[in-house]
Amino acid sequence: MAAYIFRRVLLMITLLFMLSVAVFFLFNMLPGDPARLTCGKACTPDLIEANRKRLGYDQPVLVQYQNFVGGIFFGRTFSADSPEPIKCEAPCLGYSFSRHEEVMSLITRAAPVTFWLAVGAFIIWLTVGISLGIFAALRRGRWQDRLTLGISLVGYSMPSFFIGLILYYFVVIQWKLLDKPEYVSPFEDLGKFLATMILPWIVLAVLYAAFYMRLTRNQVLEVLNDDYVRTARAKGLPERTVVVKHALRAGLTPIVTSAGLDLAGLLGGAIISENIFNLPGLGSLAVDSITKSDLPIITGLTLLTASLIIVANLVVDLLYAVIDPRVRLT
Amino acid sequence: MRQPDSLRVDQRAEAGPYLSVSNLVVKFPSEDGIVNAVEGVNFSVTRGKTLAIVGESGSGKSVTALAIMGLVNRKSAKVTGEVWLDGEELVEKPDSGIRKLRGNKMAMIFQDPMSSLHPFYRVGAQLSEAARTHRKISKKAAREEAIEMLSRVGIPAPRRRVDDYPHQLSGGMRQRVMIAMALINSPALLIADEPTTALDVTVQAQIIDLIGQLQSEFNTAVVIITHDLGIVADIADEVAVMYAGRIVEHASTERLYASPEMPYTLGLLASIPRMDRETNRLDPIRGNPPSPLRHPDGCVFHPRCKYTDRVPNRACFEVRPELLESERNHLVRCHIPAEERRRIATSVLGAGTGGGAAIATAGAGGTGPAAPVGGPA
Repeated sequence: MAAYIFRRVLLMITLLFMLSVAVFFLFNMLPGDPARLTCGKACTPDLIEANRKRLGYDQPVLVQYQNFVGGIFFGRTFSADSPEPIKCEAPCLGYSFSRHEEVMSLITRAAPVTFWLAVGAFIIWLTVGISLGIFAALRRGRWQDRLTLGISLVGYSMPSFFIGLILYYFVVIQWKLLDKPEYVSPFEDLGKFLATMILPWIVLAVLYAAFYMRLTRNQVLEVLNDDYVRTARAKGLPERTVVVKHALRAGLTPIVTSAGLDLAGLLGGAIISENIFNLPGLGSLAVDSITKSDLPIITGLTLLTASLIIVANLVVDLLYAVIDPRVRLT
Repeated sequence: MRQPDSLRVDQRAEAGPYLSVSNLVVKFPSEDGIVNAVEGVNFSVTRGKTLAIVGESGSGKSVTALAIMGLVNRKSAKVTGEVWLDGEELVEKPDSGIRKLRGNKMAMIFQDPMSSLHPFYRVGAQLSEAARTHRKISKKAAREEAIEMLSRVGIPAPRRRVDDYPHQLSGGMRQRVMIAMALINSPALLIADEPTTALDVTVQAQIIDLIGQLQSEFNTAVVIITHDLGIVADIADEVAVMYAGRIVEHASTERLYASPEMPYTLGLLASIPRMDRETNRLDPIRGNPPSPLRHPDGCVFHPRCKYTDRVPNRACFEVRPELLESERNHLVRCHIPAEERRRIATSVLGAGTGGGAAIATAGAGGTGPAAPVGGPA
């Protein structure tokens, strides 16, 4: 087990390294001059050249990459020879000259918002999706099953920006049930936090719940036909025990994989929900940076999201070994 | 050593049959029409006796077993007829009532021990669960019973094996665990649905022997379902041959092997490889069993029967034969006159037949229970 984790972590590091190379060079090949974006309308050719030097964009790409990776481990200093050098402590993902802030501090400020958004939605969609899925499976072919499937289809096909805008329009603007969303930390003002988050949670959860409902339903239906479920019935167990203890236990295992990866993906930022509800999370940060071609932020966010998914993969694999005794991690 | 309650053998001599099935019919409505899985089956089994139900895949033998156990989904299947278990009728009984009997008075083991045990739970947990479902005993007592049962089904080091997961056991061991689980509440009826089909040939005989041995210990009525006539010769007291949802021949094992009459049974017996015969060519039954969606008119076996010309007036093609007594305790569903049937049997299986003895030795391995006795009830 320990050897397995060790090997997986090594693999993870290799993967992240390769990813950083890919991300860095791909983004550097994009058209557009990053130095041009540092000064807006006030730009003069001299200023652009000066900024290019301060940012290090005058150097060969390989050197730039070396500085970038060095910054992550040891920190780095921008515009070292100017009167006001910018010191970026390790782990330094770069410095955004459009926002005049370190990428790392931008991310740490936005991350909690996205974290609460993702975790809240995750809990809602798992609860709703799995229970509806089980419900539909147990009433397969009857009207309850069809109704649930229908609802899921609607939820699945509605784009989240549509649901988001509709909810926002009616709940906030027309009916004035909630105030205009403005993010506060749950530790500061829990009531306001919940009032802000409830709509984005619902928007995110609808899409995922619809997907998990179908997934759960199919899983349970498949498992209910398995031989060991018949054995459980042959033992004379009450139907409830047969379904919960024998069928679900086996049927829900694959859902763990899905759930882990989906949560990780969402932790990297929920672009649409955050934008509609004005949440200053990673998704909003990403959209803003992309429109401004703020390369350091985009690179940093991409690496962060990728790392989250790689870590989630490992966690899911470890969880699998806990859930299913047949899985041996070697 | 103190014997746990469940393992105490009920020594009462049961007078009447413990299980008796009469006119059992099972139909499944499907998109293509009604699947006639079982069409009027009758048999009964007494405690301590074994009935073998033999037939090809799709002959309705497994569905018969599942219907007795109440494991056929009543929402999707239509079950009619009567199943009497120890004086209780099961077909009309509500699900909750049958559930209390399942695993308690009647138990079942299945074809594939690889997939029949839950992969996520330890063997001991699955055994104790069976015990605790029907009896109020402590977890500790149930665990002790599980260990005791594992040792009784011949699993070495049961105290250690009880904490194994199913995937850590071999196929034969898993089937032993299934048997232990089925017998932990000392059921008076054990249904074994092809218990050896998924196992290695060397293990098959052991499992059959084990069932026979435990049957005499627990005084259980056993219904063993198989497509392999060789397997049952040692253990069964009676054999019922099923074809297309019906019993086509039913006799004591001795009698069935010595003088089979129904052409289908002859076909089954002729399909068994024999070392004591001159011919080196097997004689299979040609064709396939009929679709359960539409059984042929007349005798359901007529499309594959070689002897339809022995019956006048095309009766085989037009008239459904009844299951009639050919001799005492020997039931046959066939239009061919009894005399003629015996002549055919002799020509197919060799003079004086005596096939029973030969197959018995070639079958399950020789160490089974005493020679089969008794006849159909």
